[in-house]
Amino acid sequence: MNKTRLILEDGAVFDGYQAGYNNSVSGEVVFATGMVGYEQSLTDPSYSGQILAFTYPLIGNWGVPIRKYWESEKIQVQGVIISDLTTNPNHRLAKKTLNNWLVEQKIPAIVDVDTRLLTQKLRDEGVMLGKIIMDNNDIDFWDPNQTNLVAKVSPKTIKIHKPKIQPRRLKAQNLRGCKVGLLNCGAKRNILRSLLSRGATVYELPWNFDLFENNLKIDGLVISNGPGDPKIAKESIAIIKKSLAKKIPTFGICLGNQLLGLAAGGDTYKLKFGHRAQNQPTIQVGTPPRLARSSGEAGKRCFITTQNHGFALSEKKLPKGFKRWFYNANDNTNEGIIHEKLPFFSVQFHPEATPGPTDTQWLFDFFMEKFK
Amino acid sequence: MKINKVLLLGSGALKIGQAGEFDYSGSQAIKALKEEGVKVILINPNIATIQTSRGFADEVYFLPLEPNFVEEVIKKEKPDGILLSFGGQTALNCGLALAISGVFKKYKVKVLGTPVSSINKTEDRNLFVKELISINLNTANSQAVKSLKEAKKAARQIGYPVMVRGGFSLGGQDSGAAASEKDLAEIADRALSKTPQILIEEYLKGWKEVEYEVVRDKFDNCITVCNMENFDPMGIHTGESIVVAPSQTLNNYEYHKLREISIKVIRHLNIVGECNIQFALNPNPKSDKIDYRIIEVNARLSRSSALASKATGYPLAYVAAKLALGKSLTEITNSVTQKTIAAFEPALDYLVVKLPRWDLSKFIKSEATIGSYMQSVGEVMAIGRKFEEALQKAVRMLDIDLEGITDKKAKTIDFKKPTPWRIFSIAQKIKIGESSQKISALTGIDKFFLEKIKNITNLEKEIEKKKRLSADTLTLAKQYGFSDKHLASLIGEKSDYVRNLRYKFKIVPSVKQIDTLAGEYPAKTNYLYLTYNGESDDTDVKNSKSEALNTKQSSNSNNQNYKRLKHSNLENSDLFRNSLLGSQQLEIRNPQNHKVIILGSGPYRIGSSVEFDWCSVNAAAICIKSEYSPIIINCNPETVSTDYDMAERLYFEELTEETVYEIYQKEKPDGIIVSMGGQKPNNLTPELSKLGLKILGTTPKSIDNAEDRNKFSALCDKLQINQPPWAMLKTVEEATRFADKIGFPVLVRPSYVLSGAAMNVAGNSEDLKEYLAQAANVSEKYPVVISKFFSNAKEIEIDAVAKSGKIQCFAISEHIENAGVHSGDSTLVLPAQNLYTQTVAEIQDIARKIAGALKITGPFNIQFLAINNKVSVIECNLRASRSLPFVSKVTGIDFAKVATEAILSKPSTVNHQLSTINYVAVKSPQFSFSRIKGADPILRVEMASTGEVATFGDDIYEAFLKSILATGTSLPKKSVFIALSGDENKIKFLESARIISKIGLKIYATEGTSKFLKKNGIENQMLYKIHENKKPSVLDVLTAKKVDMVINIFDPYHKKEFTDSYQMRRYTIDFGIPLLTNLQTAELFVKAISVKKLSDLKALPWSSYVKFRN
Repeated sequence: MNKTRLILEDGAVFDGYQAGYNNSVSGEVVFATGMVGYEQSLTDPSYSGQILAFTYPLIGNWGVPIRKYWESEKIQVQGVIISDLTTNPNHRLAKKTLNNWLVEQKIPAIVDVDTRLLTQKLRDEGVMLGKIIMDNNDIDFWDPNQTNLVAKVSPKTIKIHKPKIQPRRLKAQNLRGCKVGLLNCGAKRNILRSLLSRGATVYELPWNFDLFENNLKIDGLVISNGPGDPKIAKESIAIIKKSLAKKIPTFGICLGNQLLGLAAGGDTYKLKFGHRAQNQPTIQVGTPPRLARSSGEAGKRCFITTQNHGFALSEKKLPKGFKRWFYNANDNTNEGIIHEKLPFFSVQFHPEATPGPTDTQWLFDFFMEKFK
Repeated sequence: MKINKVLLLGSGALKIGQAGEFDYSGSQAIKALKEEGVKVILINPNIATIQTSRGFADEVYFLPLEPNFVEEVIKKEKPDGILLSFGGQTALNCGLALAISGVFKKYKVKVLGTPVSSINKTEDRNLFVKELISINLNTANSQAVKSLKEAKKAARQIGYPVMVRGGFSLGGQDSGAAASEKDLAEIADRALSKTPQILIEEYLKGWKEVEYEVVRDKFDNCITVCNMENFDPMGIHTGESIVVAPSQTLNNYEYHKLREISIKVIRHLNIVGECNIQFALNPNPKSDKIDYRIIEVNARLSRSSALASKATGYPLAYVAAKLALGKSLTEITNSVTQKTIAAFEPALDYLVVKLPRWDLSKFIKSEATIGSYMQSVGEVMAIGRKFEEALQKAVRMLDIDLEGITDKKAKTIDFKKPTPWRIFSIAQKIKIGESSQKISALTGIDKFFLEKIKNITNLEKEIEKKKRLSADTLTLAKQYGFSDKHLASLIGEKSDYVRNLRYKFKIVPSVKQIDTLAGEYPAKTNYLYLTYNGESDDTDVKNSKSEALNTKQSSNSNNQNYKRLKHSNLENSDLFRNSLLGSQQLEIRNPQNHKVIILGSGPYRIGSSVEFDWCSVNAAAICIKSEYSPIIINCNPETVSTDYDMAERLYFEELTEETVYEIYQKEKPDGIIVSMGGQKPNNLTPELSKLGLKILGTTPKSIDNAEDRNKFSALCDKLQINQPPWAMLKTVEEATRFADKIGFPVLVRPSYVLSGAAMNVAGNSEDLKEYLAQAANVSEKYPVVISKFFSNAKEIEIDAVAKSGKIQCFAISEHIENAGVHSGDSTLVLPAQNLYTQTVAEIQDIARKIAGALKITGPFNIQFLAINNKVSVIECNLRASRSLPFVSKVTGIDFAKVATEAILSKPSTVNHQLSTINYVAVKSPQFSFSRIKGADPILRVEMASTGEVATFGDDIYEAFLKSILATGTSLPKKSVFIALSGDENKIKFLESARIISKIGLKIYATEGTSKFLKKNGIENQMLYKIHENKKPSVLDVLTAKKVDMVINIFDPYHKKEFTDSYQMRRYTIDFGIPLLTNLQTAELFVKAISVKKLSDLKALPWSSYVKFRN
C-alpha cells in the first residue's frame, strides 16, 4: 500500500495509507461516532462536500450490500478517513468490499489514520477544511459551505412514489389516499420509505420546485435533510413560507428543521464541530404527545437519536408562534421546534434512523395524524 | 415514600458462574446509594470483597445469604427498601424466596428497581416465553417440562438435536445439547434432580449469539449501553465464549432491530434498572427479514454487564442503583465526561475482546471440552484499535505462558471440538493454509474473525521467512498485537533486541483514553489503554495535569456535583470514601503528586481472586491518602480495581514486562508496588527489576531469596529454622534415591508455585515417577523439588507486615485440616484455638528472624507445620497473601494500610497492637465441583476451591457452622451417609459417628463402614456400592435424595481408595448433596451440629464483633 497524507487547513498532517480511488480530494473534514451503518452514512447526501472520518476503527466489516440498503444512489462524501479498513468482509448481503466500492464510485480514502487524534483536534478546534493528497498530487482547499450543495444533491425532476400498503388496509380514514410532498434537499431514502410504509403517496420534489405554483395538492409537506449552510437554500425557504401560509401540515427533518426555522423567521448558525452520531440524547420538552406506556413526567422523556448536522437553529430568536420542542441533553442546542397552534414542526435529528436507533419513528405517525 | 435505609444482598463466595463481577456491582451500588444520602446495610459472607470493607456500607453482616438469616437482619435493621439485583443469582434467588414467604410484606420492605413480578417472568421459562409471545417476539421453540417422560415427548415434537436447559441456574449449569434420546435422558435426569422444571428447546446450531445490555428508568426512558457478539456461535455458554464488543459483524439493520426488540422487551417486562438480553441470530435467514430468537433475559446485573461497563466506561451498576431509587436517566451525570448525561449510548472508538480463563487442568478427571454451561473461572478483557491487536493482548493477559494466538506452546487439538484450546488450534490450521471458509463451516465461527486471524498468521509467516524486521513490518506486527518476545522468537533473537529496535525506529505505543463518546467530549477520568494503532498519546491525557488542577473553574457541572456531594453524608469520611466518590476525589487528588504504579492480579483463577483485588484497591486508596498518585495496571473486567475512579490512572492493560515497562516510560513513577496483586506481579519482579524499573518495598533480591528454594533453604539453615527435609532434583534416579532416604510419602513441586500447580504427594516410587513427569513440564526455567510429607501435621500460618525488617503487625491463623490440603482449600480459624503458647512464640520468633534477614518492607506470609511442639517452615511469600483481607477484617487492623504505608516509607497511621479477641472467625473455602463436569471433588495439595467466605461467632462452632452454611452446605435434618476407607479413618471417625447417631440422624453406610459401626454399637443401614449393582445401593439413596449429607473419608493420596469411591462422590455432587471428605472438617462439623442449632446462630453485624483501629 502506498503512503498518503491528510492535510488540514491549519497545516496539521496525518499520515496514512492510500485506499479507495487514487485521486486527491478536498472538502470539509468532519467526524462521525456511529459504530454501524457506514454504507448508509457514506450514501447520506447530508455529507456532500465533506471528508468523513469514522471514529469507530474497524470499517468495512460487512462489506457493501445492494443498492436498496443505501440512503441514496451513490456515495456522497468527498473522501473517507478510516483507521482499520476491513479487507475481507463477511455478510450474506455483502456484494463487494468497501474498498472496491470506493474505487468504483471514485471516492478516495486514507486508512491507518489515528482517527481519535483527528477527532480530538476537530472537537477542540472545530471542523476545518482538509485534503487527502494522493501520489503527491497537491490540490487547493475547498470550502463546500460556500456552494449550493443542496442544489447539487437534490433531484432534478419530480417523482411520484406509490405507497407500500394498500390504502384500504389503513385503519386511519384520513390516511387513505393521502399525499405527501417531500421537498428533497438531499433526502435519505428512509424518509421516503417511512412515509410509503405508512400508506402515503409521496411526491418527491426538487429543492426548488414550487408545488403551489404548480397546483400540486398535498396533505402534508416533509422538508428533508440535506448538506451545507441552510441559508443558501433560499428557494426552498420561499416554498416553505408558502406552505406555512397555507397551513399545510409541515414536518422538517435535520436541514428541514433549519429551513422551517428560517422560513418562519428564525436564524441559524454553524456549530463548532456539529453532531454526527447515533447516540445523541434528545429531550422532549413537556409531556410527550404519544407514548403508550409513559408515566410521562415533563422533561424526563429522552430519546436516543441519530444526528448529522453542522448547522443549528438558534434559540436566541425562535420564530414567532413556535416553541422549543426537543433539545440536546449534552449541549442544550435546539433539536426541534413546534408551532403552538398550527401543524408545523421539525426536528434536528433523524427519525428515519438508518443508520441508528429507531426510537423516534413515531414522529412520522405524529405528522400523518395531522392530515385532514 | 422516602427511602432512607436500604438492604443490599451480596453474592457470597466466588464460584464458577458467579465471580468477582458482583463485588464490582455491589460496590458501585453502595457508592450510588451513599451519594443519595441513603444508609446501606450489606449482607455478604465474602470477606475478601471490597464492598465489605470499612467505609462502604454503613453496616456489614458476614452471614449466609439464606432467607432465615436475611429475615433476622431485616427484623433488626428495619430497612425501607431492598436491592436484589446486585448480588447475582444468589441474591435474586434469596430475594424471590423472601418475597414468596411474605417477609417483605411483613416488615414493609420495598423491593427497589425491577419488581418481583418481573423477575419471576424472566426466571420462570414458561412464563417468560408466554410474555414474549404476547408481544409478538420470537423465542426458541421450547417446552417447559417437569419429568423425563414429558421431556422425551417435547424433544420428539421439536426434533433432535435439542437443547436442554435448567431453570434458575447459575451459568447454565445442567444445560446441554442432546442429539438423541439417550443424551436427553442423561442431561434431563441430572437437571431435574436439582430443579423442578427444565426446558427442551430447538437447537440453534451455528447461529450467532449476541447480547445487549439494556437500561430503563421508571419514566420509561430506555437505552442499550452496549452490545456484544460472541466469537463462538450458539451452543457455547456466553461465559465460555470469546466475546467482542461492540458487535463486529452485525450491520445497521441487524444491530438496531435487535436493539429495538431489547427495548420492547424491557418495557414489556417493566424492568427498572439494568437487564441483559441474549439473542440468537440466524446468519443466513431465508428471507430479507431478520431471523432471531430471544434466548434469555437476566433482570439483574450480570457478568456481561460488568464486562459491558468496563468495555464502555458506562457504570451500569452505579446507574442501575440510582434508577432503583426512582431517579431518571436524564438526571444522572455521565461520570466520565461529567458534562453529559447518563441517558446516552456509549460510542466506542476501540474494540474489546474478552477471553475466558479456564483452570480445567486443576481438576482431577475433568473433561477438557466446553459447552453450554460455564466452567471458566475468570476472564480478561483486552482493548485495542484492531481486532488482531486486542485478541493477541488478551491471550497474553490470560497468563498461561502464551505470547500470542500463534504461540507454538499452545496445545493443538481437533478444532472442531470446542475446548479452551480451540482458538489456538484454529490459528495453527489457518497458518498452514486451511481456508476460513472450511473452518467457518465446521465451527460456525464467522469468517470475518477467521480472516483477521489470517492477517496475523500471514504476517508471522512473512517474518519467519525474512528472519528480520523492517520498520514497516515491525510497526504492522505491533499493530497486530505481537509482543517483543514473540517477535524475537520468530527471528531467533532476544526480546531486548526487538525492544531496542523498536526504540530505534521510534515505534512506541500510544496512550488512549476510554471516554464513552469516541472523542466527542473530553473525559475527566483517566481510564487508559495502550495501542500501536495510534499516532500519539491522547490529548486529554497529555492535558490532564493542567485540567485536573483547574477542575474547580473549568466545569460548572462539576462544581455542582461537588456541592451536592458535600451536602451528602460525608461525616463518615473513611479510607475508601475518597476513592469512592469520584468527583470529590478530583479535588483531593493532586496530579503533581509523585506517582506509584500498583500491579493488579490479572484474571481470576484458582489461587488468585478477589482477595488480591481488595489488596490492590486498598493500596491505591492509601497511596492517595499518603499524597501519592496511584496508577493501577490490571486486565480483569470482574474487578473493582479496574473501576476508573479507584486510582489516579487506570491502565486496563497486560501484566507483562513489556507493557509495564512501556507504561513506566510514559508515567515515570517513583516505583512499582508488586506485593499487593498476588503471585502474578511477584513473578514479574525479577524481569522488571532487570529492566531497571524501581520496585518499592521488599527488594527484588529478597523476593528472589524467598522464592528460590535453594536460597531460602540456605537462609533457614543459617537462621536455624526447621524445614522438612528436601532436595532439588534433576533426574528421576536422584529423586527416587532421595525419596527413599527421607521415606515416602513425599511432596513433589516446582519453584514459583501458584495454587500448587503440579504439586502432588507421592506415596511410592511409581507415583513419584509419574508426578515428576508432570512437574517437569510445568516450567523449564525452574527445577523440581521433593520434600518430606507429613500427613498428621497441623498447619499454621502467619500474616504479617514488616518495615525495614521489623514486624509491624501480625496475625496467626490455624488450619482445621491437617497438612495435605492446600492452604487455599483449608478452613482457617482466627484467633487460633488449639496452639501451645510455646508454638505461638516460636512462630513469632521465626517470622521475626525471616523479616529481619530479608529486610522485608511490606506484607508477607509464612506457612508452618507443627507436629506436637515442633514447628517447621514450609513456605514463605513476600507479598500479600490470600488471607490478608480476612486477618484485616477479623483483627480490625488494616494490614493493607500498614503495608502500603511501610512500602511508601510513610509513618504508620495504624495502631496495630493486637488486643485480646473475644470472638472467633472462620474462613471456609467454596468449591465449584458441580460445575466441572466429571471432576473428583477431593481436597489435595493442588488447590481446587474457587472462593471463600468468612463468618464470626462467639465460639468456633458458631463461626464454623455459619461459614459452612454460607458456602451453600445445608445442615442435615434426617440422615447422613457415611463411607470411611481404611481402619485408621474408621477408628478416628467413630466418636463422630456416635454423635451423629445420638442427635437422631439416620446413618447409611457402605459395607465395611456399616459393619464397623454396628460392631461398635451404632445403628445404621448398609448400602451396596454402585458398581456392585445390588439393592439398596448408594445410587438409589442419592437419587431419591434420601440423605442430607455424605461423609466420605479416605486418603486422597492412596490411589486405590479414591478411585473406588469416585463415582459415589461425583453423584453426590451432581445431585447437589453436601459432601465432606476431610476427617478434621467432618469431625468439627459433627461436633458443631451437636452443640448448636440453626437458631443459635446469631445474626450480628461486623461492628458488634470487631473494634476497628485506625
